[in-house]
Amino acid sequence: MANTQGTTGLLGWIDERFPLTKSIREHLTEYYAPKNFNVWYFFGSLALLVLVNQILTGIWLTMSYKPSAADAFASVEYIMRDVDWGWLIRYMHSTGASAFFIVVYLHMFRALIYGSYKKPRELIWIFGVLVFLALMAEAFMGYLLPWGQMSYWGAQVIISLFSAIPGIGPDLSLWIRGDYVVSDATLNRFFSLHVIAVPLVLLGLVVAHILALHEVGSNNPDGVEIKKVKGEDGKPLDGIPFHPYYTVKDLVGVVVFLIFFSLVIFFMPEMGGYFLEHPNFDPADPLKTPPHIAPVWYFTPFYAMLRAVPDKLGGVITMIGAIVILFFLPWLDRSPVKSIRYRGFTFKLILTAFTVSFLILGYLGALPPSPARTTLAQTCTMIYFAFFLVLPFLPAFEKTKPVPERVTEQ
Amino acid sequence: MKKIILALAVLALPALSVASGGEGYHLLTAPIDSHSKASLQRGAKLFVNYCMGCHSLEHQRYNRMARDIGLTDEQVKENLIFTGAKVGDTMKNAMRKSEAKGWFGVVPPDLTLIARARGVDYLYTYLLTFYEDPSRPFGVNNAAFPNAGMPHVLWELQGMQKPVYEMHKNAEGHEVETLTGFELVKSGSMSPPQFKESMADLVNFLSYVGEPIKLERQRIGVWVILFLALAFVVFYLLKKEYWKDVH
Repeated sequence: MANTQGTTGLLGWIDERFPLTKSIREHLTEYYAPKNFNVWYFFGSLALLVLVNQILTGIWLTMSYKPSAADAFASVEYIMRDVDWGWLIRYMHSTGASAFFIVVYLHMFRALIYGSYKKPRELIWIFGVLVFLALMAEAFMGYLLPWGQMSYWGAQVIISLFSAIPGIGPDLSLWIRGDYVVSDATLNRFFSLHVIAVPLVLLGLVVAHILALHEVGSNNPDGVEIKKVKGEDGKPLDGIPFHPYYTVKDLVGVVVFLIFFSLVIFFMPEMGGYFLEHPNFDPADPLKTPPHIAPVWYFTPFYAMLRAVPDKLGGVITMIGAIVILFFLPWLDRSPVKSIRYRGFTFKLILTAFTVSFLILGYLGALPPSPARTTLAQTCTMIYFAFFLVLPFLPAFEKTKPVPERVTEQ
Repeated sequence: MKKIILALAVLALPALSVASGGEGYHLLTAPIDSHSKASLQRGAKLFVNYCMGCHSLEHQRYNRMARDIGLTDEQVKENLIFTGAKVGDTMKNAMRKSEAKGWFGVVPPDLTLIARARGVDYLYTYLLTFYEDPSRPFGVNNAAFPNAGMPHVLWELQGMQKPVYEMHKNAEGHEVETLTGFELVKSGSMSPPQFKESMADLVNFLSYVGEPIKLERQRIGVWVILFLALAFVVFYLLKKEYWKDVH
């Protein structure tokens, strides 16, 4: 019996029953990607690599970690000292968390500069923002597990934000904690959510993200659709099979990434207190509030926005709004031109202002507030939102350049 | 444009951090050498003799310490274990937490991770800046940790020092006094340079205890980076070979 893939033997037997060769062809050997990917296009595959790293190291950490208020802190030190290579697994996981956000932020920025969220890729972007949200939930809950002072008080601060919601707020935060303060009950449920619930959601979303991508095809630095110009064989003239071309290219990216990753793991695992915060080496003490509670660096831009608004509920709405507004980006940006290479000065200007504000917010969120800093954070928050609000009106002012038919040599 | 904005932002940021910097005694730099096993051994000896009565190292095992700082289990058993603990045990003490709280107001913290939580410079400064202050319960205060609950347990080594203040006007024009240094009023069994060296040993030991794997991970790290550098060359050439026919 022949199958549609033309395979025989064991593989043929499988292919008659399961789309093995078919999937490999669709997603790797016959998935045509634009040939002009630049360095920005490494971060998607790197995000996948870090996800695998987090899952594998997480499985091994779970073997020795104890999710209870009495034992959690000591069990982390047990992993660091008594478990063979436990220190390496733990540093890979803690550094991996920060690396995940670095890679994802760069991946999202790539989408911004090359317009990868635009038609027909709106769903890829939406799945991506959902991945980002799930990742934030995953990181937040994971950060409670070492049960250090920052774990404890960071969770206390963030969960108490829910109490700002009118009416149901106080009951909601009580329900999330399972107690009146962050306690053993909170730790135990966060552990469950961190190791099972959120990772499942995350994996599902990542699969959806990639399926949507492979359905419409990848964007590229020129923002042109390679499917528009096909050769006689029906394959895009500017496309090359993902495997082997991009698998071997991504391997180079992986090695470069691993060099930076290893430099942190082996030589500066605390990253100056940004990847592992110094106060988190003190065990959680519900009776001792640290003088300065700062979230880990990847949350600081949003934390700065929260603090910039004097009203607690207003701050929470602003912070949530900063993420929710990302979902609407494909429809807010009405310019037909995708890539920044062919967009006008005004777009470059507002994107620069947006990026710089986001970075400044990240810096401010790590510091204790002061009047001058709050003013700056307010300004940057306004610029952040202004970017999205100005986008729909931009085509009226923006002088775009003509977009080529085919991808260009760079 | 991007560069100008970035440059302006970068220039403005340090000004912001100065704006709310807290005032405290400046931290001294701890002159420690984590490769010196002699220093680590002296530090361990100081710790078990002067600190361990109140402060435990509950995540650190005696035999791990022995192996890492160049001692045998027997040497540790004979010289460094005072509690009847086994050599494979963690370094706990016999003080009851409920009683300790009554004596000092707070339970003396476990010090396994103190060097990672506070930093070695802070510990070094803390150990060197106990000074006479009759207003405090134990008659001493500390410049790095004002109103610390801990007595000056090392006074017989260091002696006792008095604070030296300097008067100056602050930004609002008020006269304020700042602690600028110390004057030894009663000498101890060690000279000031000896005491400083001993405190560096003690801090060095605590730094080791904070992360026993540190030197080993750095050693392994060098090989990992070298391996990856080699892998980069191989994969880069592989990529170039494959991409020859892409135009």
